This record gives sequence, C-alpha cells and structure tokens, in this order.
Amino acid sequence: MTELDLKIKDEFPVLKNRNIVYLDNAATSQKPKSVIDAVKRYYEYDNANPMRGLYELSIDATKDYEKARQTVADFIHAKKKEEIVFTRNATESLNLIAYSYGMHFLRNGDEIIISIMEHHSNLLPWQIVAKNTGAVVKYLECNEEGEIFPEQLEKMMTKRTRMVCLTQISNLFGRENDIKAFAEVAHRHGAVFVCDGAQSVPHIPVDVQDLDVDFLAFSGHKMYGPMGIGALYGKEELLEQMPPFLYGGEMIEYVTRCGATYAQVPHKFEAGTVNAGGAVGLAEAISFINSYGFDIITQREDELTKLAFTEMQSIPHVEIIGSKDYKEHHGIITFVVEGVHPHDVATIFDAHHVAVRAGHHCVQPLHTHLHKMSTTRMSLGFYNNEEDVTAFLEVLKGLRKEMGYGE
Amino acid sequence: MANNTFYNEILTEHNIHPTHKHEIEGANFTLEGVNPSCGDDIILSLKVEDDVITDGAYVGDGCAVSQASADMMLDLVIGRTKEEALRLSDIFLRMIKGEITEEEHEELEEAGILQDVSHMPARVKCAVLGWHTMEEMLREGKTGITGTEGF
Repeated sequence: MTELDLKIKDEFPVLKNRNIVYLDNAATSQKPKSVIDAVKRYYEYDNANPMRGLYELSIDATKDYEKARQTVADFIHAKKKEEIVFTRNATESLNLIAYSYGMHFLRNGDEIIISIMEHHSNLLPWQIVAKNTGAVVKYLECNEEGEIFPEQLEKMMTKRTRMVCLTQISNLFGRENDIKAFAEVAHRHGAVFVCDGAQSVPHIPVDVQDLDVDFLAFSGHKMYGPMGIGALYGKEELLEQMPPFLYGGEMIEYVTRCGATYAQVPHKFEAGTVNAGGAVGLAEAISFINSYGFDIITQREDELTKLAFTEMQSIPHVEIIGSKDYKEHHGIITFVVEGVHPHDVATIFDAHHVAVRAGHHCVQPLHTHLHKMSTTRMSLGFYNNEEDVTAFLEVLKGLRKEMGYGE
Repeated sequence: MANNTFYNEILTEHNIHPTHKHEIEGANFTLEGVNPSCGDDIILSLKVEDDVITDGAYVGDGCAVSQASADMMLDLVIGRTKEEALRLSDIFLRMIKGEITEEEHEELEEAGILQDVSHMPARVKCAVLGWHTMEEMLREGKTGITGTEGF
C-alpha cells in the first residue's frame, strides 16, 4: 500500500475495525472519523431544536444547521443556500419533487420522460404522479453499452412533455449521462429537468448552474456522510411556486383554525424537527471530500476501475454489463458469472470477506431491458486500493471452481 | 483457493447435476414457488398415490441454494408417505431456525448440509422455497402456476 492508501484508509474506523474489503460503495460509503466526530460534537455541545428556541443553545444549533446548508450549496455551486432543502436522502428528495411539483402542476395527458436505467426512486414516484394526474411516463431506452443520447430525447419531446428526469451516473452501468445536453433539450421544449445525483455527487464535481438542472437530488450517506440526511437542490423560483410536501411544525408563518400561510423556502419543505446532527455530518463529509479534492478522488477511482476492469475482461465466464471502456464506469462494475447465480456469487465473496452487492440493485426494469434476472455489482470508493481489487479478483477467478465447475 | 464456503461438493453437485430437475408424467400436484425479491422460482410436481409420494420433480431458476435444496428434498421424500414428508419438512424448517436435535439432523440426510443457512439470514428464503412449496401442496392441497415473468 502507498502512503496515501494508508493515510486514507486510516481515516475510516470501520475499515480498521472489521476484516473486510468493502466494495459496495454505490449502496453506501463508509464514514470517516471526522464525520463521526462532527456528529458527536454537535450532540455533545450544540444540540437543541434548531430555529425554535430563543436561547443561546438553540441559536447555536440553528447556526450549525444553516452553516451546513451553505456548505452544501457551495459544494454543488447553487446560487444561494435557500435553494438547498435538507431531506432524508435522494429518494425523499425525488418524492418531494413528485408530490409537490408533479402532483400539482401536471395534468391529464402531460408527459414525463425518464430513462429505463433510472433507480426505482426516480421511477416509482413518476409512475404514481402519472397514475394520479393522468400524465404518461415515457421511457428513454438505452443500448447495451448503457448509452442514451440527447438526440433520442429530442425526438421524444412533444408539446405535452412537462418533465424530464434522468440520473447523472447509472448505479448499474456507472456511465455518466451528458446531463447538460439533456437539460438543454428539455428546457428548449419548455420542460423541467430533474437530475438524480445520488451516484454522481460523491464521485465527480457537480455544478448545478453549469449543468442548468432545475432539480438535483442526492444522499449524504453515499458521500461519506451519515445516513438519514440528503438534499434537494431546486431553482429558487421553482421552489417558491411549489406547495409544501409535508405539513407540520416550523414550516409555517401563521396558522389559524381554518388554514395557514407557509414559511419561505427552504423551510416550507422542512416540516418537523430537522436532522441537524445529520446536516452537520454531511457538511463535514463535504469538507472531507474537499480536503482531498476531486482530482485525487477521480484519479484513484479511475485507476482502480481500470485495474479491476482489465483483469475481469480476461476471466473466462465473466460478463461485464455496459461499456467495454473502463473510463465509462466511474468505479461501478456490474457483472454476471456464467452458471452461478448472483446471490451465490455474493455469498462466496462474503465468505472471503469481500462485500459486493447482488440482486436487481433497485433497477428492475433495466434488468428486464437487458434480459438479465439479476447481477452482481462491485463499486469502488477512493479509500479502496490495489490490494482490495486484487483480493476481489482472486475470489472472482476461483468462483466457478468453488461452485463445482471443473476448470 | 481453498473452498471454505458452505458450497461443498454435495450442494454444488445437486445444483449442477440435479437428479430431479425435469418434467414428470402423471403428477397430481403442481405448484409454483417464487421468491420475488431474488427471483428464485421453482415449479414443483408430485405424484401422490394412496398417500405415498411415488414420484416428484421440479423445474425452475434460481440460486444454487434454492435449486439444490429442492433436489435434496425430493431425494428424501420420494417413496415416503405425505405424513412422513411433512414431518421431515417440519424438521428441515426447524433446522433453518437452529432448533433441532442431532437425531433429527441425521434424518434429513444430505439436506442436512444446509444447516449453516441458519446463520445466513439473507439465504433462508432460498433454502426453504422448495420445502414451503411442498408443504402448501400437501397440507392445503394448493396447486397452480402463477405465471409470473420471474422478474
């Protein structure tokens, strides 16, 4: 291991406390000590109910929470912190758009375009919106390499297309979609563009103003932050038009016996006591990412992807899903082993202390599209190193033999 | 690499070269069992004459655990009465919960190798699929193929 490998790995207690090669980063990342400590510090020194109390402790809690909002806004280059709504995760962020924007502004016969590679969380909310409003969900189909093209979207756009919702990086293919180009097409036809950034925000620099997306959803837990905190970016003018998603405490101005007026954005979307500890943890995770920088993060992830990918291509009976070019994978390599069910694949990896994910990865329609029942996925984080990849490859090479195939 | 997983020779042999994975003639019970979350899918057929299971087979897709478990189950129950089959099924399901005696374990013959599944919560559904399907058939007289796509 290089000095940098050791330094990075040293920051993650779980990787020291458990004998494991962790390759399920697309599901959730491990947490650095600095993040764990920041959450602990919040609860040990600053905890009170933010935005309510008129005493110093609550004011400090509010400061922490709003400072975290600014950190998130800066990280994705939002114009101002009011464009960041804290949620539980990307799923909740996407549901917020669906329930607040979709349910209220879509009409019978309107169209929502999503891609076939969307995670269920950027698919099911739109099916529900369609069911409730009479709108129609149309699918942008990808090819076997996992590609979709802005020209395809251009052809699908009609006067009734109101929303286009796409993932920036597919959780199965690892491929990056050209979000800026897709958003441009959507906008030219008067549609709102929603970007699912759950797999991209942790791994590549994302600039919402440059991409010109109307909404961006992402989770803290996939980017070294705690579970239970995520964010929704929305352009201020859109957020202002939208009705609240959840109703309750601290999202109102005035409440009477028969109604209420609501707080300004983003607070009108943050009903109830917020997850201030989580927000502080997410801000610390962003500091952690920034302390290395995306140059180092992407370089490490690309190098490890290349190493794993090149070797995997030469292992008999292993089929890699998606692009034949490692550069298109962003640390995500999904594969099948001929004759071995993915659940057995994952169980054998587990017996060798390598954590990979097996199943449909919350993209069942994509598996149907690819004529696969299920697959196995290894996904890298920048704290992984060559030894992790070597351990993974060793198990993969011997896997069919362990399953009784004589070779 | 040493094989230190629970995929021993008995299990992999039943998976790769199953004895009972085929269609049979004259079955009077046929029932599909599915684990939607992982896609395991078997169609179990039994021929029961005068309360004795005279023949049985299955077809399907799924992981090695689900397929081999069904194969070993059929090895065990063909030639036995319905009552005996249900008693063995009860032992198998209790084995997965970690609640059987050594004598009971022996009665399961090769199927006993799946005992370790009791420590693998994610694989319990795979191991019990065939057994549950057989129980539903014999206990409740259930038959039918759901016709799911298997996704």
